[in-house]
Amino acid sequence: MAVSKDDHGPLWRRRTSKGDFAAWLAWLIGAAVVAVCFSLISDKTIWEFVWSAPREAADLGSRMIPPDWSYSTQLWRPLWDTFNIATLGTAIALIISVPVAFCAARNTTPSTSVVRPIALFVIAASRSINSLIWALLLVVIVGPGVFAGVLAIAFRSIGFCGKLLYEAIEEIDVPPVEAVTATGASSGQVLTYGVAPQIMPAFAGISVFRWDINIRESTILGLVGAGGIGLQLSASINNLDWSRVAVILIAILATVIVSEWLSAKIRGALT
Amino acid sequence: MTVTTQTSHAPARNYWRRPPIIANPRLRWALGLGLGIYLAAAIGTLDINWIRVAEGWPRAERFFSGFMPPDFFARGDAILSGLLESLWMTVAATALGVLISVPVAIGGARNVAPMPIYLFCRSLMALSRTFHEVLIAIFFVKLFGFGPFAGVATLTMATVGFYAKLLAEDIEAINVSQSEAIRATGASWLQWLDYAIRPQVRPRAIGLAVYRLDINFRESAIIGIVGAGGIGATLNTAFDRYEFDTAAAILLIIIGIVMAAEYTSGIIRKAVQ
Amino acid sequence: MPTLTLSHLTKRYPTGDLALDDVSLEVPEGQVMALIGPSGAGKSTLIRCVNRLVEPTSGSVLVGDRNVTEMGSGKLRRMRRRMGMIFQEYALVERLTVMENVLSGRLGYVGFWASWFRRFPREDISTAFTLLERVGLAGMEDKRADALSGGQRQRVGIARALIQNPDLLLVDEPTASLDPKTSRQIMRLIAELCTERGLTAVVNIHDVPLARLFAERVVGLQAGGVVYDGPPNGLTPDALTQIYGEEDWNATTGKGDAEGSAPEDGP
Repeated sequence: MAVSKDDHGPLWRRRTSKGDFAAWLAWLIGAAVVAVCFSLISDKTIWEFVWSAPREAADLGSRMIPPDWSYSTQLWRPLWDTFNIATLGTAIALIISVPVAFCAARNTTPSTSVVRPIALFVIAASRSINSLIWALLLVVIVGPGVFAGVLAIAFRSIGFCGKLLYEAIEEIDVPPVEAVTATGASSGQVLTYGVAPQIMPAFAGISVFRWDINIRESTILGLVGAGGIGLQLSASINNLDWSRVAVILIAILATVIVSEWLSAKIRGALT
Repeated sequence: MTVTTQTSHAPARNYWRRPPIIANPRLRWALGLGLGIYLAAAIGTLDINWIRVAEGWPRAERFFSGFMPPDFFARGDAILSGLLESLWMTVAATALGVLISVPVAIGGARNVAPMPIYLFCRSLMALSRTFHEVLIAIFFVKLFGFGPFAGVATLTMATVGFYAKLLAEDIEAINVSQSEAIRATGASWLQWLDYAIRPQVRPRAIGLAVYRLDINFRESAIIGIVGAGGIGATLNTAFDRYEFDTAAAILLIIIGIVMAAEYTSGIIRKAVQ
Repeated sequence: MPTLTLSHLTKRYPTGDLALDDVSLEVPEGQVMALIGPSGAGKSTLIRCVNRLVEPTSGSVLVGDRNVTEMGSGKLRRMRRRMGMIFQEYALVERLTVMENVLSGRLGYVGFWASWFRRFPREDISTAFTLLERVGLAGMEDKRADALSGGQRQRVGIARALIQNPDLLLVDEPTASLDPKTSRQIMRLIAELCTERGLTAVVNIHDVPLARLFAERVVGLQAGGVVYDGPPNGLTPDALTQIYGEEDWNATTGKGDAEGSAPEDGP
């Protein structure tokens, strides 16, 4: 804010001229950075391909339509697998993330110097490796198939659920915990009576939230051989069987819509 | 234990059970049974090849010994140019995505936009959120050819789905009395947006943009695997050429950058909120 | 032997604030002692040092002849069973039922898995029902704690402390968030229960008239030190000035007769 005076009296402006200048400069630099990024990308782009995109899209569309509906009967099993990868993966992740979160939360950790850093590292490591990369590694280790997918989803979700959960634990109300402690309860009882009831709503919300994300994630794990409908998708793309690709995409769309509807229902029932 | 309270007239109850969460017993049993059947069926169809899993450890050992030691230098140039490309893609896609998101978010907020525009914007958001980034990337690579352009297109679309949705929800959650106060001054619709809505959503809008920048960088490492440029493409090449030591180096770099980015974005978000 | 003996109790927080400065007190068996003083005088810290929710910096706390300050965690837990605590703002676990909140007072006596499956001994459950009736909450056992009113919640808090069958009751601002009438009812209930069971109690309280009404002895804390220790009717304007600072105290020290005729206790 700046008030200055001229012949007509005091004059108010939001910023001083210096502040004005700094704000414009910041925007200018930001815009310049973005422009440079775009030009660097444009240098690496073969523009003929980009300009041919509409033709390409029309071509692809004509190959996709009509979708090969008869193929849809073969999709039930992959869809069931996809659903299981997401659900079992989320369940395993939740079971593991609870103790991890209790170790990571400042107010419940058994030791801030040893256990907490380890728990935080587990969370960070799990979060920074995408489930596709987890799947890539796990397919080598446990072999291709649904099991690798379940584990990939679980490993990626431990960090996600663990982080949100430990943040919820750190935000709980202290007096009830004190009250349970004051009765002479053991630390395990303090957790189950004082802390656990307070984080139940957060726990339920996080589960549904992550499950919803995992449904989406499990549709692509098949691309690297970790089971689910992605397997059929990559096979059909490799065979240039676009009318089948269309059916698979519609199936994925339906699954995602149903899961979104379901999680909205569950979320509504929880609150 | 002795209780010195005056005893009540009726004999005291000494039995108590916690009331069940689902009051209707039939529903409770049906849900429990359904869950049991589902778990049995799901685990039964997992098809775990235990022999193959048992072999997993030696395989993993061989696999990881290929990773060791990570080689940062043999393909140092390729790694560096891949990383920089990822960075350009991230910045460009986030900027473009946010630019597109703002009008879409305003249109998708029920308290600001009329019904037809609201529905249009909401379906736009849903559309860009339905498919996983990798699927979108596959199609954009088909359309635009290999390289970072397809990557930017993918990340932009994903950014719109994420950013517009959360921003719209934020606009819907603004403080009503502030918005009424500005409207009561006789401000026009644009003035109202500028004075009543913008100041309220600004901190979160900045925080979300920083968060999305962070996510886009991670995603840029993944969509490269299907040909959409960036460090992921370098990673894919390394895997294809069986240069596992280089692949390990790239993975470590990705993890390092993701952790650093998350740390700094956390600080920035805390500073603006 | 006094039930509670504090000697040279001192607490300095890591921030450097001196909350308790060399406090020595004896509370004989069966006495209800009110602890008054301005916010930040160290009342809550004193109470929390007794069951070591706050670790004292130096000095000792004796309950009976046992030194609480020297106990290891296992002994401390067994000692805490003998000390019931009633909290400001109730400190109930809101998402648990009334019964679970009351039974949580027995946690020190039952094993982990028994408490996990909510399998408490039958005597505990019948005591819980008796207590709920005594505090005026009969039939409320299956309600969730967050469905109760403030006064009802504090009654649950009282039942939780009493089911421990304690020797000593630590009461921290029991009426801080209650309306005047409910405050009276709650204070009267606590005082009655102390008489019925011959309990020793230390009661932190903001409200000077309430302290005068229900306590046998009043201790005034100021900046971590004891500045008044005597009977309630010794709280002259001068004494109050010493505890709280300069103010016109005449309205507060005026006879408590109107207060004596407060409406009967009821749920």
